[in-house]
Amino acid sequence: MSVTATMLPVVARPRRRVSFRAAFGLGALLLIGGSAVLAPQLAPWDPARQMLTKRLRPPMWQAHGLREHPLGTDHLGRDILSRILHGGRISLGVGLTAVTLSALIGVTLGLLAGFFGGRADALIMRIVDVFLAIPYILLAMGVVFALGPSLLNVILVMGATRWVQFARIVRADVLSIREREFVAGARARGNRPLRLLLRHVLPNALTPIIVVATLELAFMIIYESALSFLGLGVQPPTPTWGWMLADGRNYVATAWWLATFPGLAIMLTVLAVNLLGDWLRDTLDPRLKV
Amino acid sequence: MALLSVEGLRTQFATGAGTVRAVDGVSFAIERGEVLGLVGESGCGKSVTSLSIMRLVPPPGQIVAGRIRLEGEDLLDKDAEAMRRVRGARIAMVFQEPMTSLNPVFTIGDQIAAAVLAHEGGRRRAAWDRAVEMLDQVQVPSPGERARDYPHQLSGGLRQRAMIALALAPGPQLLIADEPTTALDVTIQAQILDLLRRLQAERGMAVLLITHDLGVVAELCHRVAIIYAGRIVEMAPVARIFEEPLHPYTRGLLRCLPHPSRFGQPLSSIEGAPPDLRGADAGCPFAPRCPLAIESCRRHEPALAERRPGHFVACPVAVV
Repeated sequence: MSVTATMLPVVARPRRRVSFRAAFGLGALLLIGGSAVLAPQLAPWDPARQMLTKRLRPPMWQAHGLREHPLGTDHLGRDILSRILHGGRISLGVGLTAVTLSALIGVTLGLLAGFFGGRADALIMRIVDVFLAIPYILLAMGVVFALGPSLLNVILVMGATRWVQFARIVRADVLSIREREFVAGARARGNRPLRLLLRHVLPNALTPIIVVATLELAFMIIYESALSFLGLGVQPPTPTWGWMLADGRNYVATAWWLATFPGLAIMLTVLAVNLLGDWLRDTLDPRLKV
Repeated sequence: MALLSVEGLRTQFATGAGTVRAVDGVSFAIERGEVLGLVGESGCGKSVTSLSIMRLVPPPGQIVAGRIRLEGEDLLDKDAEAMRRVRGARIAMVFQEPMTSLNPVFTIGDQIAAAVLAHEGGRRRAAWDRAVEMLDQVQVPSPGERARDYPHQLSGGLRQRAMIALALAPGPQLLIADEPTTALDVTIQAQILDLLRRLQAERGMAVLLITHDLGVVAELCHRVAIIYAGRIVEMAPVARIFEEPLHPYTRGLLRCLPHPSRFGQPLSSIEGAPPDLRGADAGCPFAPRCPLAIESCRRHEPALAERRPGHFVACPVAVV
């Protein structure tokens, strides 16, 4: 009896914590996503509207803050809150599509390389090596330079340079999964290679894919801002979090709110995505679901 | 015509340190509804023989000679797609490790239903019902609920039952059971062996039982083939093997078992170790360990000969 008494709380506690974290992550993500979708309705101002008489106003709770600009204004007198709401549409949209694209490419190639091995593996992994050898920003710069900076090109470039992250992790995982006995058993039951791959190998490799995807989403938001900062990403005046962060950098000593609020938005998004990813990984793993 | 006949099967592994002849000229046949035991110690080629029949020998392993006929069709002549259709549907396999032989991310009902769907088609709902019925047939208690369990939620014995249900769902003619009870404790072993015997009799299914456990052989098999260093050294009906073993290796194996008449004495063992399978061809592979070996044993490899009706021995010295 004493054994069960001491063991019960140990078993119960992590479950409660996981669900709280998941709720927080999901809630924050819904809030951010919802406000990005509803930005035109929610934003008090046109994000591109410049009001030069109200330049660099601090948030409303500080001295000289204005009630109509809750998070202050930037160096051109544009409303920060409105720009963050509108910027979320671009940053989240670009991040999600770029991660999806790079996951599709990376997971597919990683599965093929790990499962079939031999020449396919050698070829794919050499391509991965090439991609890893070239700094991805340089690669992206070259491609965007050649194709011209547009939203679609930025997404394509981001997806096409970061897929190696997925490919390497998936390949490594598949190498061990394909040796497991249930895969041999499925083969002995006459399953086709494609079916072995999609039903028996891929579902068992999901955990690292989800983890990498959440990390990559965070990375993509930063990546987009880096490209924007270099003038190769989304073009102004379209607001993105990354661009606001880069732009506000110049004023950080005198007007901290320019860079801080978009930075907080990025941080909150990344945190929410990571928490959600954690929870997703736990729920999708039946061994932790009991 | 035998259901399965294996003739002169040779499977080799080309490694950096030389060619390992894991299966070196094995021949046997299994009739419909017969249970043949393939017995030998670790590394003697039992599992490679079964994988060769399925044509699933992992690289660098290769079948270099022989014929494997299932109802007269040579499996070694089939292309990959035709061979794939044999696997599962006509020859099924049950592995040793019930812990790792089921996909951890799907419920066992899902997995059996998928096997049913792949084989028979039809609706998902019907396949699920069939899966529950299969679990019932392998005597899983409350099969409807267990079907919704993931493999990690089941005990080893239940998992092995689920594995058997999974293998038998397409109704194979031949079941290859590779050490099906080795990983289970003794009471569960007995239950699984009972189950296999009952299912075998009900379905008239042939079984190739691979084991190193002579107790399992006595429980289940009609005939036994003793394999040593990739070769069959003795093959006979099960009673003959236990009552009157002819090959010195078989005798040695039986002497290793505890027996009431030798109560209190230490268990005996066979001196020496199995030969390196990369070794030269000459002579009987057991000769270095054989108490009866004579000069010619080291020079000529003995052929499997029918010394008594139905009783084959690869030893010229064996006392008949």
